[in-house]
Amino acid sequence: MLQLMSVCKNFGGLPALGHVSFQVPHGRVTALIGPNGAGKSTLINCITGVLSATSGSVLFKGKEIAGQPAHAISRLGISRTFQNLRLFPRLSVLDNVLTGLTCEGGQSMAMAMLRLPYLRHRERQLKLRALEALDRFGLSDKSSWPAGVLAYGDKKRVELARATVGQPDLLLLDEPVAGLNGEETFVVGEQLKHLRRAGHTLLLVEHDMDLVMRIADQVVVLDSGRCIAAGTPEEVRRNPLVLEAYLGRMEAVA
Amino acid sequence: MMSARDKCIYFISLHRTGLTVSLLTAALLLYPLYEDNPYTLGITNLIAINTMVVLGLNLFIGYTGQISLGHAAFFGLGAYGSAISTATYGLSPWPAMLLVALLVGLVALLIGVPILRLSGHYLAMATLGFNFVVHSVLLEWDEMTGGPSGFSGIPYLGVGDFSFDNEVRLHYLLWGFTLMGLLLSLNLVRSGVGRGLAALAEDETAAAALGVNTRNAKIKVFVLSAVMASIAGSLFAHCYTFISPDSFGIFTSTDMVIMVVVGGMGSIWGSLFGAGLLTLLPEVIGIFETYKDFVHGIILVLVLMFLPQGLVTGLVDMVRVRLALRRREAQ
Repeated sequence: MLQLMSVCKNFGGLPALGHVSFQVPHGRVTALIGPNGAGKSTLINCITGVLSATSGSVLFKGKEIAGQPAHAISRLGISRTFQNLRLFPRLSVLDNVLTGLTCEGGQSMAMAMLRLPYLRHRERQLKLRALEALDRFGLSDKSSWPAGVLAYGDKKRVELARATVGQPDLLLLDEPVAGLNGEETFVVGEQLKHLRRAGHTLLLVEHDMDLVMRIADQVVVLDSGRCIAAGTPEEVRRNPLVLEAYLGRMEAVA
Repeated sequence: MMSARDKCIYFISLHRTGLTVSLLTAALLLYPLYEDNPYTLGITNLIAINTMVVLGLNLFIGYTGQISLGHAAFFGLGAYGSAISTATYGLSPWPAMLLVALLVGLVALLIGVPILRLSGHYLAMATLGFNFVVHSVLLEWDEMTGGPSGFSGIPYLGVGDFSFDNEVRLHYLLWGFTLMGLLLSLNLVRSGVGRGLAALAEDETAAAALGVNTRNAKIKVFVLSAVMASIAGSLFAHCYTFISPDSFGIFTSTDMVIMVVVGGMGSIWGSLFGAGLLTLLPEVIGIFETYKDFVHGIILVLVLMFLPQGLVTGLVDMVRVRLALRRREAQ
């Protein structure tokens, strides 16, 4: 599905990512973990075109996407959530989810201004799909609220609804449960499992190890911009390099 | 089963935009029967012209989240374009208006492509500079524009022998155009494209991640708003048959922006309200005539301090947030 080959990103002279290579297989949940500052969000931003990689290549369904602008990558079927929520606070919850269907809402400004019957029909269909997505995340009773007044947990779920409503082929989630309590985390975990069962491919950046171990099929570990390990959750958990990255170098004195 | 009353409420809520536009149209159709004072009609006609510019500008400022302090330039190019092509070169006014609108759109495209890479203060400065340039050209190019003394002898618009030459006739002409602009804008913002623009205004990165081509969208809306300003300018020229560069300076631009801000950013109805309010104020209270810019400044500061999204949008947002919070408390 997604294949990264030797992706590098420098900020000025400072390398943030050095030769990161791994694959995200179709229909699986891949978790990307690593200590703070390891370059996880930078990598997500490079994949989605928010930043452009300094060198290396990113193949999506066999097609090179590195260097393409964000909107073009989104139209290929990659959707994402953001680490710090990026909802549109003044738009209603329903409109927020509807923006997730931008790619299907038509691009022609002239057609939009004429609002021919086919367009009204399509608008109704899109609205139904957005309501359905809100229902999946238990938000239908709040669809007319401005997104800005929602509680934090609800905002996270609106963002998930917005990212999944367009049935993307690949879903990139940047810390979907950051700041949620245990119960809410559990619920989001179940929803992610549900997405996996529905055939979505997920790439997940997460600090919550319980969640990662529970739902990931494959774990990739980044440290200081380098990919230091990849494998099943069990393999990664036993990998000495990973322990070192997280806990610091074990001195052989004790 | 829904009761008759529920059905009625449902029907109104479903078609509220269409119903409001129909009501407004009906009111405007009947207005000259009730009010035939040419002076008063002259003022409402000016509201129509201003509304058209403000609608386009609001799409650009309120919906796309950009800023332009140079829209009077497009307004002026439209007016002078129509004036010169009809009075000097004898072109027929309707095709001239279309041709000028196309050319102004092209100009907007040419300057939009480089300057819309800028944002915030820099974009404001660039558009302001553009307005200065256009204003200077209108002032200095005597043989073409008539210079500071203005350009007179512009023909009225007409269809066959019928000519739009008095206030009542102009009322129907101008409001016809304005309602058309209003309807097209309302359609635009209620579509997928419009939601993309609203997303762009709030968060450019998130909008791009959702598939909005942010660069193209900004340019398209800029061109659209310039074309609307140009058509309004052409109508302005044919309506008054005399124009002078004074009407197209940077203070006109800032007045237009004030109309957008006071009316409400990203509110189509707010554009109508803002243009109406700021056009009427100096007429209603005589002292405003002398201190117009001063009063506009105070209004702008007050609105920005207490309702930064503008009167209509700010109040609507406030009510929506209050309602939602009350329901949240109730849960």
